[in-house]
Amino acid sequence: MNILILGATSDMAKALVSELANDKHHFFLAGRNINRLEPFSKDLLIRFDAQSTLIDFDAQDCESHEEFYKQLTLKPEWVISFIGYLGDQSIGQTVWEESKKIIEINYTGVASILNIVSQDMESRGSGSIVCVSSVAGDRGRGSNYLYGSTKAGLTAYLSGLRNRLCKKGVHVMTVKPGFVDTQMTADLDLPKPITASPEQVAKAIIKGLKKQKNTVYILPIWRLIMFVIRNIPEFIFKKLKL
Amino acid sequence: MPRNKKSISNWNNFPKIEAEEYSVNYQADAIKIIQNTDHSIIGRGNGRCYGDASLAKQVISTLKHNCILFFDTQNGIIECEAGILFKNLVDFLVPKGWFLPVTPGTKYITLGGAVASDVHGKNHHKEGSFSKHVLSFSIMIESGEILEVSSETYSDLFSATMGGMGLTGLILSVRFRLKKIESAYITQQQVQAKNLDHVIDLFTEYKNSTYTMAWIDCLAKGKNQGRSIMYAGEHSQIAELPKKKHDQPLSIPSKRKISVPVNLPSFALNRFSVSVFNQFYYTTHPSKRNQIIDYDSFFYPLDSLLEWNKMYGKKGFIQYQFVIPLADNAAGLKKILDKISQKGWGSFLAVLKLFGPQDSIISFPMEGLTLALDFPIKKGLFDFLDELDKIVEAHGGRIYLSKDARMQKETFEATYPNYNRFIQTIEKFNPNKKFNSHLSKRIVY
Repeated sequence: MNILILGATSDMAKALVSELANDKHHFFLAGRNINRLEPFSKDLLIRFDAQSTLIDFDAQDCESHEEFYKQLTLKPEWVISFIGYLGDQSIGQTVWEESKKIIEINYTGVASILNIVSQDMESRGSGSIVCVSSVAGDRGRGSNYLYGSTKAGLTAYLSGLRNRLCKKGVHVMTVKPGFVDTQMTADLDLPKPITASPEQVAKAIIKGLKKQKNTVYILPIWRLIMFVIRNIPEFIFKKLKL
Repeated sequence: MPRNKKSISNWNNFPKIEAEEYSVNYQADAIKIIQNTDHSIIGRGNGRCYGDASLAKQVISTLKHNCILFFDTQNGIIECEAGILFKNLVDFLVPKGWFLPVTPGTKYITLGGAVASDVHGKNHHKEGSFSKHVLSFSIMIESGEILEVSSETYSDLFSATMGGMGLTGLILSVRFRLKKIESAYITQQQVQAKNLDHVIDLFTEYKNSTYTMAWIDCLAKGKNQGRSIMYAGEHSQIAELPKKKHDQPLSIPSKRKISVPVNLPSFALNRFSVSVFNQFYYTTHPSKRNQIIDYDSFFYPLDSLLEWNKMYGKKGFIQYQFVIPLADNAAGLKKILDKISQKGWGSFLAVLKLFGPQDSIISFPMEGLTLALDFPIKKGLFDFLDELDKIVEAHGGRIYLSKDARMQKETFEATYPNYNRFIQTIEKFNPNKKFNSHLSKRIVY
């Protein structure tokens, strides 16, 4: 099978590829500074006999997305996006450049490339699109609503895409990981019991793909946490320090 | 930059320190970390040494830097990033008919750690330490520059890095030679030795065996002093294996692992319980010839007991390992065994091995006998170990830095005669001495 991984330098992406490598897929690994993955690509070949192609991809450069997808010699059956930029809320509140970057990477960029991918899959009448969104999109919180709002938009985009494509034989899956122990969150002090490892995320995605799930939470507790957070009345919620 | 504040310690749980841990995912990350730090910083693998090496205010974890970069299946040469575990290497290599040239008694160490400690195994007398099989490595020095190092390109840096405890720079990748094997099994000889002279004779008798080591009862006294079980092993050839294993000689059945669930209270290990265990172990291991056992049980018996370090309780332990030349008929070793049995503090799992000759700047091994044994940390222990150090020093031996958390600076300087050359090499490549650990501050500089 041909698998396109967007945001391939992330820890979750690498864990997923390692998990799938035994089955001899061809991986197109796309992301910024993709040459950083050269050792990983060699490792895949030596350890698993798995082929991979490294391709530069910049989510923010939407103009280039058409050309990027065109150059894939084999069209992917699975497209899995790990594109994400946490950004800095406190900077973003005052510096538009930071806000813009958060919006462009998490929402605009992903929507742009998935528009192209979904068109192709729709015409082929098959395929799976997996996209990592976030529980942060379930309700805007004072400490990270810039990031959260882009993920809310992305979650809505994916549910719409799923609604449109389920009649066309294309599977769309939204992944809401909650806390994950990765490079992106290394500066945060995450509570261990509700923090997943990249390997857990990888396993949950593969299981979700096999079962053609719509939305996947990694640790079941997050369903409950987000249920509670969504249902706190706004007049209380706005006063909480979240 | 990815950063994590946490409390860290090595396998012996002493000392524990607060550190900022950075993680190297890619080479470019390492450059940024090293160039941006003003503090002293040290590379850190899986924390399986026993002491205060790889402990500093800032540490760089190499664990995510773990790819295999090159594998020549014809000539048995492999190159990997420094954070790969020996476990992952043997899992990959053994089914393909290759084995590590040298391995210590645990496979949960990283390749970078193996070089920084210049680890040895049961085959030192025949095949030397790990460094002997290293062809080249790449290392990042404090300027952020990456050097490709072999004994031809930078011979001084090459030898100072072998056993150099990470003080010469951050080891990024290592290319080394593998050993060809026909099977995943070892043909083992198990021999009871009545006392120390007997076990030394056995080491001589079995000096042509590739692997030898002895488990030794450090509490036995008088005529039983040094009673041991000696093991010798060779990689089994297919013809030696039972018929049913002929089809798949390179695979071994997977084993269940058990784990020490909690830290045992400190009184659990006392003279009585250890003596009983040692007596039991000795009598249940009679001499046996030509047993076929899988490589995992032969090389890594303790790895199947996960977190065995918790046996020594929260305060941790010291694994005291020294080498002492054979020259004076092991007189020094006898003196030390006298002291230990008098004190009654010795633990089970004391291991005796024979080293062959080795030239080194800072590596531990030298021709002689090496003994390793565990002492739970308690009042008076460090004074007692200082006394033992004096005997080791007087007999021309030395202490293994990878297992040290307490040696005096004077002892280090007296027993590692080339340490000045080691420091000169560090100063040449790292004039600001950015690479620093608790160990280096305690005894090196």
